Amino acid sequence: MSELSELYQEVILDHNRRPRNFHVPDGANRQAEGFNPLCGDRFTVYLRVEDEVIRDAGFQGSGCAISKASASLMTDLVKGRTLEEAERLFQQFHGMVTSSGDDVADIDALGKLAVFAGVREFPMRVKCASLAWHTLHAAMQPGSGRVSTE
Amino acid sequence: MKSLVDIARPGTPLDVQRVREDFPILARQVHGRPLVYLDNAATTQKPRAVLDALSHYYTAINANVHRGVHLLSEEATAAYEGARATVQRFLHAADPREIIFTRNATEGINLVADSFGRLRVREGDEILISWMEHHSNIVPWQMLCERTGAQLRVVPITEAGELDLDAFERLLTPRTRLLAVTHLSNALGTVNPIRTLVETAHRHDVAVLIDGAQAAYHLPVDVQALGCDFYVITGHKLYGPTGIGALYGRLAWLDAMPPYQGGGDMISSVTFEKTTYNAVPHKFEAGTPHIAGAVGLGAAIDYVQALGMDRIAAHERALLAYGTEALQTVPGLRLIGTAREKASILSFVMDGAHPHDIGTIVDRAGVAIRTGHHCAQPVMERFGVPATARASLALYNTREEIDALVRALRRVREVFA
Repeated sequence: MSELSELYQEVILDHNRRPRNFHVPDGANRQAEGFNPLCGDRFTVYLRVEDEVIRDAGFQGSGCAISKASASLMTDLVKGRTLEEAERLFQQFHGMVTSSGDDVADIDALGKLAVFAGVREFPMRVKCASLAWHTLHAAMQPGSGRVSTE
Repeated sequence: MKSLVDIARPGTPLDVQRVREDFPILARQVHGRPLVYLDNAATTQKPRAVLDALSHYYTAINANVHRGVHLLSEEATAAYEGARATVQRFLHAADPREIIFTRNATEGINLVADSFGRLRVREGDEILISWMEHHSNIVPWQMLCERTGAQLRVVPITEAGELDLDAFERLLTPRTRLLAVTHLSNALGTVNPIRTLVETAHRHDVAVLIDGAQAAYHLPVDVQALGCDFYVITGHKLYGPTGIGALYGRLAWLDAMPPYQGGGDMISSVTFEKTTYNAVPHKFEAGTPHIAGAVGLGAAIDYVQALGMDRIAAHERALLAYGTEALQTVPGLRLIGTAREKASILSFVMDGAHPHDIGTIVDRAGVAIRTGHHCAQPVMERFGVPATARASLALYNTREEIDALVRALRRVREVFA
């Protein structure tokens, strides 16, 4: 059960129970919908972007604990960052949950997001953890729309 | 050790421990624990008899069918047509020509949608399905409607997951051409009253297709007693190989219906000016078929018939009752699908735990269940859930395995308390 405890860490369970930024932010001017047809997880990520900086972020929708906690932590973390910084976080996060090696340095750089490192041991769940991030990635593109994990 | 004849004697219950030894995969461990396989509605495991039949076919018989004059081709043809006769007897069809081999149940439905559609369905006609259908019994009809300008009508279901029979009668109109409905719902476990549905539909001159993908390995099926026009099954849920299924169709329909695909074997003569189609069933079996698959399906049917479909059904019925009660002892668990007539399926949701998380946690305890929408999104919508967790039973499952599931679900409660 140790890998399970790695996956369902207290931080993740807490963000699942009480998701942060679970609303549409005032003045949101970017949004994208993310969908995982395999399990039915569906989230919309909203951003208020001014001068290339994410001033506010929120999300709506439904999904499993991993996907919801990921969206919650992500929206917390990208607030105040430039689009470029957020994009770099997306790449780092994606690297962490998909890599099979021990990128310890990268994980340190990810701070709070390191709680998702355990997802690597659950290949079927990687899409859950990365759904919100793919959606954010889409929302940051000009003329943003809907993405799917398939 | 008891022989198959002993354990198959009528009146004695299924000797499950003995039967489990026929399925090599059940000895496997997953995550360091004994495999508890409760995802049978997705696919069932294969008994050694099926594996041996496949191996024997390729080792000793392999040749193309209906072609060569040489001995191997003759034997391959006999094995393939023998499998057809086995399916015929299994479904209690009147004639082996009423059995068309397909890739799976989905292909059987597509065949009927295409071929029956071209024979009978015109703009403004109606196709009737139900709210509890698998996507494979929805999408082919939507495609037919798109092609022809016909309308798709849907019979609603009740809170328990039963067909609304009053609504069903009201939805039958002079324009209804076909009713396509599942025998056993993969998402809810509901067993539909097929004879009643067929009788009513036939009074309105409406043909009936039954999706038997789930039912055929749980319940004895008699297509003549049911009275349906078409019945589709798939091999891989019937303890047979993937890639093989069968369509039963009344001979009168099959004779009248145009071919589905063109190619070899489905013709009796070809010139560039005119091609004459072969007789049924070959008219609907273009190209080299999945011969080994048909042989494997035949072996699977022989296996379950030796055990007895009635005894398998009785064993599973008792296990379903046990499981229904056991699951309800888990706090916060709610069953989705509580029809009076049910088989095999325990679909459920839990407070505070998403089905996907349930699936991962019980998997680590060695228990394989399905989580998701089960290719039945309208059912999920009807019950207002994004997904469910689903345990589905087969002939080799035991009470101990249900207990293992319940223990794992209690662990889910701990994690998400």
